[in-house]
Amino acid sequence: MNYIVSIGLEVHVQLRTKSKMFCSCDTGYGAPPNTHVCPVCLGYPGAMPVMNKEAIRMTVLAGMMIGSEISTYSKFDRKSYFYPDMPKNYQITQYDKPFCDGGAVEIMVDGKPKTINVTRIHLEEDVGKNMHFRGSSGVDFNRAGIPLMEIVSEPDMSSPQEAYDYLTALKQIITYTDISNCNQEEGNMRCDVNCSIRPEGQTELGTKTELKNLNSFKAAFHALEYEIARQKEVLEAGGEIVQETRRWDPDTFETYSMRVKEKAHDYRYFPEPDLMPVVLDMELVEEWRSGLPELPEVRKARIITQYGLPEYDAGVLVSEKALADYFEGAAELSKNPKAISNWVMTEVLRFLSEKEIEITELKVMPKALSELVSLVDDKTINMTTAKEVFAIMCEKGGEPAGIVKEQGLAQVSDDGVIDAFVKQAMAENPKSVEDYKGGNKAAVQFLVGQVMRMSKGKANPQMVVGLLMDLMKG
Amino acid sequence: MGIEISSLTVHGALDALSGGECSSEELVRDVVAEIAKRDAEVGAYVSVDEELALEQARAADAARSAGKCGRLLGVPIAIKDVLNVEGQSCTCGSKILEGYTSPYDATAIAKLRAEGAVFLGRANMDEFAMGSTTQNSAYKVTHNPWNLDCVPGGSSGGSAAAVAAGEAIAALGTDTGGSIRQPASFCGCVGLKPSYGRISRYGLVAFASSLDQIGPITKNVRDAALLCEVMSGVDKMDSSSMDEPIPQLAVDLPADLKGVTLGLPKEYFVDGMDDDVRRGVMAAVEKCRELGAEIKEVSLPHTKYAVSTYYIIATAEASANLARFDGVRYGKRAEGATDPIDMYGKTRAEGFGAEVKRRIILGTYVLSSGYYDAYYLSAQKVRTLIRQDFEKVFEDCDALLAPVTPSPAYRIGENLDDPLQMYLGDICTVTANLAGICGLSVPCAMTESGLPVGLQILGPAFKEENILKVGHAYEQARGDMPLPEILKR
Ligand SMILES: [Zn+2]
Repeated sequence: MNYIVSIGLEVHVQLRTKSKMFCSCDTGYGAPPNTHVCPVCLGYPGAMPVMNKEAIRMTVLAGMMIGSEISTYSKFDRKSYFYPDMPKNYQITQYDKPFCDGGAVEIMVDGKPKTINVTRIHLEEDVGKNMHFRGSSGVDFNRAGIPLMEIVSEPDMSSPQEAYDYLTALKQIITYTDISNCNQEEGNMRCDVNCSIRPEGQTELGTKTELKNLNSFKAAFHALEYEIARQKEVLEAGGEIVQETRRWDPDTFETYSMRVKEKAHDYRYFPEPDLMPVVLDMELVEEWRSGLPELPEVRKARIITQYGLPEYDAGVLVSEKALADYFEGAAELSKNPKAISNWVMTEVLRFLSEKEIEITELKVMPKALSELVSLVDDKTINMTTAKEVFAIMCEKGGEPAGIVKEQGLAQVSDDGVIDAFVKQAMAENPKSVEDYKGGNKAAVQFLVGQVMRMSKGKANPQMVVGLLMDLMKG
Repeated sequence: MGIEISSLTVHGALDALSGGECSSEELVRDVVAEIAKRDAEVGAYVSVDEELALEQARAADAARSAGKCGRLLGVPIAIKDVLNVEGQSCTCGSKILEGYTSPYDATAIAKLRAEGAVFLGRANMDEFAMGSTTQNSAYKVTHNPWNLDCVPGGSSGGSAAAVAAGEAIAALGTDTGGSIRQPASFCGCVGLKPSYGRISRYGLVAFASSLDQIGPITKNVRDAALLCEVMSGVDKMDSSSMDEPIPQLAVDLPADLKGVTLGLPKEYFVDGMDDDVRRGVMAAVEKCRELGAEIKEVSLPHTKYAVSTYYIIATAEASANLARFDGVRYGKRAEGATDPIDMYGKTRAEGFGAEVKRRIILGTYVLSSGYYDAYYLSAQKVRTLIRQDFEKVFEDCDALLAPVTPSPAYRIGENLDDPLQMYLGDICTVTANLAGICGLSVPCAMTESGLPVGLQILGPAFKEENILKVGHAYEQARGDMPLPEILKR
């Protein structure tokens, strides 16, 4: 029997604000346990939350990027449940009035675009981290209170690959907007997935299970693959799917049951009395909107037309906002955008991956790259020299014309100088000259190589070939 | 030394200090001596930190001789045990906060500290401010200085008893449904509940966040005005604090009430009200008329729903506010738990008293899915109607006059097994919290059995000057009230 799979995702994204959601504690990662804490984020008696407005702005930006409706009136609510990592034993979140309603993210399925609908985006506070030691447990509250944006999708995905692609697309959009680092190792982006299957032909969704705390896109992919197979097996054996929460074990590659959800947990939501409702000034919201970056897909299309690049190039360049910014920074100054693109996709990316650094850390500025391309185009240097100059700039920065001059790397196009090199090469290699004259046309390449060696790579190769052939004709 | 502590006011103490009649250190020693004399009987304090108070007093004296001033420089004040003072305990009258030391100052405390106030000790209270008798404290029962067999009221009963028994010059209380005004009335003190948002709640351990407010319990209206003024103001740590101008409350208090319109809300003069209370309040009303006020009867028609509305909202908020007391991070942790859930259960079972448990269960119930609309949501709607009732009468009235409670202080142990009867005693006070307006309790009479009766003066939100003017003018015309017998012993 064939089954239709329905997958929905709740993606939690830590926003990259300087301070926590409701206090002024630092949000930095990796500090010793319980050093980024205060009475507010530890839930001490009498402490009160104060909203981080920057987190609200970031959440609204995310909503704008995916076409959400931005709520003029939103509020925070308390969600009550007891857990040691929750300082107040209620989480401040948004229940029925989130900042962003609706929205959509596009992914490609079999070469065709598919829309994944987003239900809402709301803002809440992250919880602490339980730690277990031999014979005791502890809680690190450094993470507690970091602003956490939750993006809830409709169950629109029908395969683990689609879920993976949706996560990738979300990450691209979020990093484009510069509101989160989306670093999966540091737990910036985590997700819960829910998944159900139903026999083909059945319209209502099957019973869903929820998989909690998937810390990477790969984990989401594998957990879903396992879970779908497990559900199929249950149904084919004549069984029924139990609505429950399951945990993914990345070591065994299996999901296992955490607790059966007989009915929804009663979180006893009610409006947070310590915070006033948020009435967003729409003029301010429009001001934020005007600062929005272009969506990756839109930018890709524009780059194709504006710079006359192949679709493949544009796709690579927009994969990361900073990379696209770098490319455009150079291409805008250049008469040869395709050459810029070639440089970025080969030399630049290779250097970044070798050194494991970000494009923003590259010492070769976009302007320098565009100048380097011009030097090649006007034949001041050849490609070999250009790569040398690029390597120098990677180490020390600087601008290419200066480096070429300093190091005497300019291409030699002087007839007299080249003439002398060519004659010397012919005199030192009479056998090659004879071979050429005897019909072995490839022998000319050897002689070109000799000339280039003598000129330390600076001779204009076209001139060398022309002169050699002229002289050997006679 | 010629200072009579039992009737010493804040203003009196400031005059004595600036006139060089005494030092702050002497003042603190005298007050501590009064505490030593009487507190075994009264039970106003959970703890007194004499050394720390003397240290602050000496610092105040040094500051004064260095020519520095402060609006409360050197004046010792009792603090209700629900306000965080850095380095001190803060039990909230509960076993569950045993061993907890505040790592920070509440904003109101920081403001008092900045003006040079000295913090004497921690005043007893009903556990987590839940109660109107101070019998719900896990530490001790506080007795009414006027009659030790009677309750001092609550939940700020320790604060009111301390002021009435001469064990403090003034005190801080908190008022969620009458917890400043009612004990002030029972103990013959002045009690001010400022408007919601007037004084930052940061550092006040929350009972019901949308109702709680810090305020002073003092020996006269002018002192209450001064303390309120010092603590007022918007605070970036409390989003519900309001950026309203702070009038010079303590200085500009006239002696008559010409041109003032005062309303008498008929719903507050309930059937079954104590005769002495009715007589006392009506005599005060007449006094205000003599002072030039126009008196008119008004109606607040939704008053009859106020008590049930209050108990739904207050318990709902409390059920979440008190969830943090779990034994994980501070305070008491029960022994012998096998897992976190067991630890929560045992810690909370051992740490909370019966009334707190009752209210947590009530609050959990009214927020439960399926009941939320019928209880919490309906209560919020009624709350709006109650607020609108006040807005309407304040169109024509500068303030309202009413009793604080239907009866004077009752005997310790009375009604203890009948929480519903106890809750009904809050009928005249909970409305001000629900509406966010300000209220003042001023002693106005003595019952035949020798217990004080309070006059309640209610004013529009952020119009503290209205009620303080009426209170002060009335207080001047009323003349001195007697002192409790216990002070003469
Ligand atoms: Zn913090």
